[in-house]
Amino acid sequence: MNDAPTAASPSPAATTPRPLLVAEGITKRFAGICALDRVGIDVADGELVGLIGPNGAGKSTLFACLTGLLPPDDGAVRFADRDITDTPLHRRAGLGFARTFQRMELFAGMSVRDHLIVAVRAHNGTGSLVRDLLFRGRPTAAEHDAVDAVVALVPSLRTVIDQPIEALGLGLGRLVELARALITEPRMLFLDEPTSGLDQAETAELAAVLQSVQRDHGTTIVLVEHDLTTVQAICTRLFVLDHGVRIAAGPTADVLADPRVREAYLGAGA
Amino acid sequence: MTQFLTYLLLGIPIGCVYALMATGIVVTYKTSGVLNLAFGAQAYVSGCAFYVLRSPDRLGLPMPVAFVLAVLVLGPALGVLLDRALYRYLRTAPPVAKLVTSLGLLVAIPQILQLKLGSTPLTNPPGVASDSTIAVAGVNVSTNQVATMVITALAVAGLTLMFRHTSLGLQMRAVVESPRLTSLTGVDAARIGTIAWMLSSAFAGLAGVLLAPLFSQLSDIDYFTVLVAALAAAAFGRLTSVGLTLLGGVALGAAQKLLDGYAPSGSVFWTGMRGSLPFLSLILLLLFWPGLRQNRAAADPLAGVDPPPPPPAAATRDRRLTVATYAIAAVVIVGGSYVTYAVVDDFWLQLVTHGVILALVFLSITLITGIGGQLSLCQATFCAVGCFATAQLTDRTGMPVLVAACVAAAFTAVVGALVAIPALRLGGVYLALATLAFALMFENVIMPLEAVSGGSRAVRVPRPRFLGISFGDDRRFFLLSLAFLGLASLVVVLVREGTTGRFLHALRTSETAAASLGIDPARAKVTVFALSAAIAGFGGGLLATFNGAAGRTFYQAELNYFYGLVWLVLVITLGSQSAQAAINAGLSFFLFPRFLGLIPFLDQSTAQGVAFVLFGLGAITYAKFPEGIIESQTRRITGRLFPSSRATAEVAP
Ligand SMILES: Nc1ncnc2c1ncn2[C@@H]1O[C@H](COP(=O)(O)OP(=O)(O)OP(=O)(O)O)[C@@H](O)[C@H]1O
Ligand SMILES: [Mg+2]
Repeated sequence: MNDAPTAASPSPAATTPRPLLVAEGITKRFAGICALDRVGIDVADGELVGLIGPNGAGKSTLFACLTGLLPPDDGAVRFADRDITDTPLHRRAGLGFARTFQRMELFAGMSVRDHLIVAVRAHNGTGSLVRDLLFRGRPTAAEHDAVDAVVALVPSLRTVIDQPIEALGLGLGRLVELARALITEPRMLFLDEPTSGLDQAETAELAAVLQSVQRDHGTTIVLVEHDLTTVQAICTRLFVLDHGVRIAAGPTADVLADPRVREAYLGAGA
Repeated sequence: MTQFLTYLLLGIPIGCVYALMATGIVVTYKTSGVLNLAFGAQAYVSGCAFYVLRSPDRLGLPMPVAFVLAVLVLGPALGVLLDRALYRYLRTAPPVAKLVTSLGLLVAIPQILQLKLGSTPLTNPPGVASDSTIAVAGVNVSTNQVATMVITALAVAGLTLMFRHTSLGLQMRAVVESPRLTSLTGVDAARIGTIAWMLSSAFAGLAGVLLAPLFSQLSDIDYFTVLVAALAAAAFGRLTSVGLTLLGGVALGAAQKLLDGYAPSGSVFWTGMRGSLPFLSLILLLLFWPGLRQNRAAADPLAGVDPPPPPPAAATRDRRLTVATYAIAAVVIVGGSYVTYAVVDDFWLQLVTHGVILALVFLSITLITGIGGQLSLCQATFCAVGCFATAQLTDRTGMPVLVAACVAAAFTAVVGALVAIPALRLGGVYLALATLAFALMFENVIMPLEAVSGGSRAVRVPRPRFLGISFGDDRRFFLLSLAFLGLASLVVVLVREGTTGRFLHALRTSETAAASLGIDPARAKVTVFALSAAIAGFGGGLLATFNGAAGRTFYQAELNYFYGLVWLVLVITLGSQSAQAAINAGLSFFLFPRFLGLIPFLDQSTAQGVAFVLFGLGAITYAKFPEGIIESQTRRITGRLFPSSRATAEVAP
């Protein structure tokens, strides 16, 4: 933990200078199944790490415990040196958390623009019932600007921005979730299988967006992903879960070469 | 001591009836996820059928024949009908849609029956046994009560044995654990569902027949009270355990008789409390009984495997449709108001004014249900709170009546928030039950108090004077209520288009995503609950001054808990999301039965009944047309007429 700060390039095996998010001993059981068994994870400020593992490994459950959707049965989560294990879900957005979901969670009956406006308004905390009643509830120019800025990052949304969400396919739906997370300018972004259901062009767009967000805004990203090509291309470090246990962790290349990881994947695929 | 034993023994039979109905509730809730409020109505059907079949001055059939027909034929038949015609299509519907369906039936079924049997209650219902008494442990108990206990014991024992030892029972338990997993193993989950409905409906029918002789007459109100008691018993069994449910039902029945025996007589409060024990128990259990809130979805190991449910039906609306409806609405409102103001006689003027005030109250349902996504069954009660608060304020402080109505609205908002804060922890179906229990508590315990309703004498409320104008004249008052209706509609539209409405829309469609964005679900919901209560309360104030007095009679005739249910199903039928639908609903509530009454062979009371039946049956379409059946049909028809509408589709306002 006390390595001297070296060159900016991600040196392999270097323990991170300042972990932003640290979870230790996270355990979660569902009626008999142990979905997570004392799992730990640490993410440095500005890092883009991957979380992989076969189906049912517990990746989404770990996300749920980290983001506050589910309380862990045991273990602790710290963010920027603060214990946030008991911070409720809606308070974590204020810390700079944002996420997307494996099973999409979109707002039926809203347009894409309205999704983004809800997000930016929730982030700024500027709305209130009193303002609504004083005719000040409609979207402001600043909010429309924020929407435009995020659409510049995710250009596929430009043509559908005023369409109802029902009119969009799966791929665009995932990009809406991403944009909705990005518009809150998160410090910590969690993405649960963002490329599933995306075609190749959309996948490339997504990877580019993630890298630029990480580079330009210093956003820290944790990514659950099955597509190992994407993982290899953008993640510096990986954590691997299998049956609720962390079986490997470390720089991407090392982890992918690990025989136990290969076995877990092949075993699941066979 | 013997006295204690007497009360206890007298309480057990009625407790058994609670337990029977509660068992039916548990069985259907576990197998189909429907918390069937209509069991009260189904029990009433069997009770009435048994009366007609058995009663000497009706068909006078022998007891076994009447019993078999009413309980073992009619009960299951009704269950199959409801399952085949309705509930099987709702299997994947959200819990609230299922609840609304059963609510519609709860309103409609007794009305259908009363159209057939007349609205005067059937008196001296016959029991399953002859009317004699026997001594049990030194206490005289009627044979009917003994029969009730024996039959309940047999029925519950039979059910338990069936669950434990037959393959049907095994399959049912498997469906309860995971409907999806069970279907994968080749068990026909739909067939199991139908059998469960037959079984539970037979239990409801049994409860209905056994209940009848315990009261001196058959009334749907008593059956409803029993339903609430059964809900309390089912809640005690955490909606899963038949054993605990039985215990809960019997304990509740016994507690009620003990309270009857020992509570001081002659006090209005205690008289109310006696009848309210079931409601009070339900509230307390909902709030404090651990284990009730366990999420059904989380318990199903395959829950995460299913694809997400399809998005709700066409939420889009042609812009031209919106413009056209606004134009038509403007013409109708201006024209209708002018005709009402200038042309019609006093009778119709009063009817329309009444409808306008009711429309304002219905906007509170638009807020809480359409925008807030919460099912509140106590909007009539909030209206009553505002009504009595306005009356008491003007009477005691001499405050101008409109000021009093505003203060009353604020007071009602506080009451609404106090109801909502604990109840919202529960969410969904349980919130609905908690509001129902609150409505019944208010009706039985608080409303009769002299400090609230003025006791046996109604409190007089003057008409408003405002800027030197007196609104004692009905025509002027009509204009005033129109103005308030306009104002309330504006509030609803501003809320819907503003932050509050957007956040609630987000919470309604994905609470997880909304909360992840930093929206505090509890805060948003309490806000909308309080605002909705305030509007209902203000409407209550207007009703008080329009009527000129507020008291028990007025409450019973206009604002009792049953109206709360009818209002809700009516607004849901016509469309819970738009202010316009609420206005239509308000006017329909009084005008529709009158128009039906113009049909030559329908007298007015029949027309009223038919209207209530239609309101109730309308609500069972909610699951299919969540935006309201009228609204969705309008969209469908305009979609046909102007096929290009897709291109200009916009999100429904
Ligand atoms: N709410 C729940 N109730 C019961 N079991 C659950 C629940 N959520 C997850 N599980 C179980 O926990 C285990 C881990 O699930 P999780 O969704 O975290 O896996 P995952 O790694 O995200 O898999 P996938 O790649 O398929 O998304 C699985 O066995 C799953 O069935
Ligand atoms: Mg997952």
